Amino acid sequence: MSANAVRSRSGIHGHETASGWLFTGPVLFLLGLFLVIPVLMALWVSFSDWGGRGSPFSAGVHFIGFDNYSKLLAGGGLAEQDFGTSLRNNAWYVVLVVPLQTALSLFLAVLVNRAVLRGRGFFRTAFYFPSVTSSVAITVLWLFLFSSTGSVNKLLSYIGITGPNWFNEPSGILHDLLGVFGVQNGPAFLTGGTFLGISWWDWLAGPSVAMSAYIIMGIFTTSGTFMLLFIAALQNLDRDVTEAAMVDGANGWQRFWQVTLPQLRPTLFTVLTLGLIGCWQVFDQIYTGTQGAPDKTTLTPAYLSYQAAFQDQGWGQGAAIAFILFVIIVFFTLFQRWVLRERKVSRRKMRPYLSVGTGSSGVPAGAAAAGPPPTPDGERR
Amino acid sequence: MSITRSTDTAGTKQHPVRRRDRNGTVAATSVLYAVLIALAVIYIFPFLVQVATSFKSETEAAQSPVSLVPQVWTTAAYRGLFAHSDFPVWFKNSAIVTVCVTLGRVFFDSLAGYALARLHFRGRGAIYAGLIAVMSVPGVVLLIPKFLVLNQVGIYDSYTGMIVPLLTDAAGVFIMKNFFESVPISVEEQARIDGAGTFRVFWSIVLPMSRPALMTIIILSFQGSWNELSHFIVSTQSPALTTLTKGVASLASGQLGGPTQYPLKLAAAALMTIPVAVMFFIFQRRIMNATEGAVKG
Repeated sequence: MSANAVRSRSGIHGHETASGWLFTGPVLFLLGLFLVIPVLMALWVSFSDWGGRGSPFSAGVHFIGFDNYSKLLAGGGLAEQDFGTSLRNNAWYVVLVVPLQTALSLFLAVLVNRAVLRGRGFFRTAFYFPSVTSSVAITVLWLFLFSSTGSVNKLLSYIGITGPNWFNEPSGILHDLLGVFGVQNGPAFLTGGTFLGISWWDWLAGPSVAMSAYIIMGIFTTSGTFMLLFIAALQNLDRDVTEAAMVDGANGWQRFWQVTLPQLRPTLFTVLTLGLIGCWQVFDQIYTGTQGAPDKTTLTPAYLSYQAAFQDQGWGQGAAIAFILFVIIVFFTLFQRWVLRERKVSRRKMRPYLSVGTGSSGVPAGAAAAGPPPTPDGERR
Repeated sequence: MSITRSTDTAGTKQHPVRRRDRNGTVAATSVLYAVLIALAVIYIFPFLVQVATSFKSETEAAQSPVSLVPQVWTTAAYRGLFAHSDFPVWFKNSAIVTVCVTLGRVFFDSLAGYALARLHFRGRGAIYAGLIAVMSVPGVVLLIPKFLVLNQVGIYDSYTGMIVPLLTDAAGVFIMKNFFESVPISVEEQARIDGAGTFRVFWSIVLPMSRPALMTIIILSFQGSWNELSHFIVSTQSPALTTLTKGVASLASGQLGGPTQYPLKLAAAALMTIPVAVMFFIFQRRIMNATEGAVKG
């Protein structure tokens, strides 16, 4: 730092400005051309009636205001219904994948992080490998595993279960579950009202069996990546806090929930946010696999946007879907930031556990240990 | 090497813990290993089935989808792939794109990372903020926009259109920036006193020292561009420019009407996994570390 300061005072400043822009120039140019300008162009297209021929800026293309958006959100037609269905499908995907993959990856990290564990490297590799392979390859594998004569149904048959034809089964799993208890049709107040073109009863159908296979795949492929993040966080934990809790007689379970987990909050936030962002963008798997089938129950907004634009030439529509999706992702990210924000209470609760050194990683262990002896016992209850 | 060290410190960290709760450890340890092994089987089994099935005949694949040893070994799937599909073309395209993208990212990301870490210039804060903002744009929003720009610029359906948009990534810039900030500045001071220019200092002094960070970028961009699908969907249409991801996806979805051809599809998926898998096993330790580093930054 001090060396930097000396140097900038010694008058190479102007020279460095030139090199600075020259060095960052290529990155700025490429990101501007292929990220910033495209987004602005697509924003224009989402407000226009451009049909895919010629330039979107040519004279024949008109500004049509929110037409594309209103068709999706209140059009009453097929566009609205498809969009509602895709949101429904993806919402269930998010609701199931995000918590499960977070819990599983944390569980894996805690298991694998034990110092005494033999074969740690092997286990980490096994759990992480699905994350490096391409989603296309995994989807192809999944289509086989979950086919009607595939491995999963074969394994299920060993315990007497006749598995479904996974990727061709459009029924929602919650509806199926209710069906077991004889409930075939929903109550009037659910079937009567609709939202985005589909009834509340259908919103609550749960993911279709086909979508469930994707959900399992999502958890399988991402848990390894997030496991690594949790391992990194676990290794940076303040050991003294754990020790203090142990001195106070907290058992392993209590230590995990009341000492370890609060300290993992930043990583938890990262994992949940990345998971959420990723889960709202499901595209590769759908494109490779079912392409929305069966009965549109694996349609996702990302795939619908692609389909609307590239296959049906409804460019304005497709761009509008993409921007609504963008808004959804931003909204949930902010929402999550708000939910997981540092609260006054939990701070106060945690203070006795945190010794002086936490926060700045560079503090030597000795300095941290020299802090006031923690007396967390009374506070914890 | 740094990884070995970090594992060791983790080991010593945990030692007191181990000493204290010794009671009942044998039972607990067996349960731990049982759980871990069960999980490992679940994670590995699909890939073993994949490889086994690619050597089975179509009927055997349907009849015994769980067995890991084909009753009759056949390479029909692989022969079919090379004789009756464009698999070699796809492989070539993926290789070309991956090599170009990786080289480009190593150069451009480190160049920009160096400027952000070391050079003091007007506008640096703005560039930094801009990169952060750009990083948060969800990729799926870009499908249509990318196509629009590629079309307007006139590089749709060309290698240029496939490669150039992927040549830089904001995340890589940050990884390099973080690394350069950790390099002691005194190294560069000496070269500057000897009269080396900024680029010279970057190219011949700092870059050769940056092997760990460069390896991270190489691994991440190799993996990223090899596995990339959506960009190629929107930037190309001609069969001659089809990459592995696009080709294998068309195999998977396009021919569902006909025979299932699972051995063929799984062989294709297995072959496309090999380069990434090789990369993974060679640089395993670094990959494990890289992802951690990438997120810290």
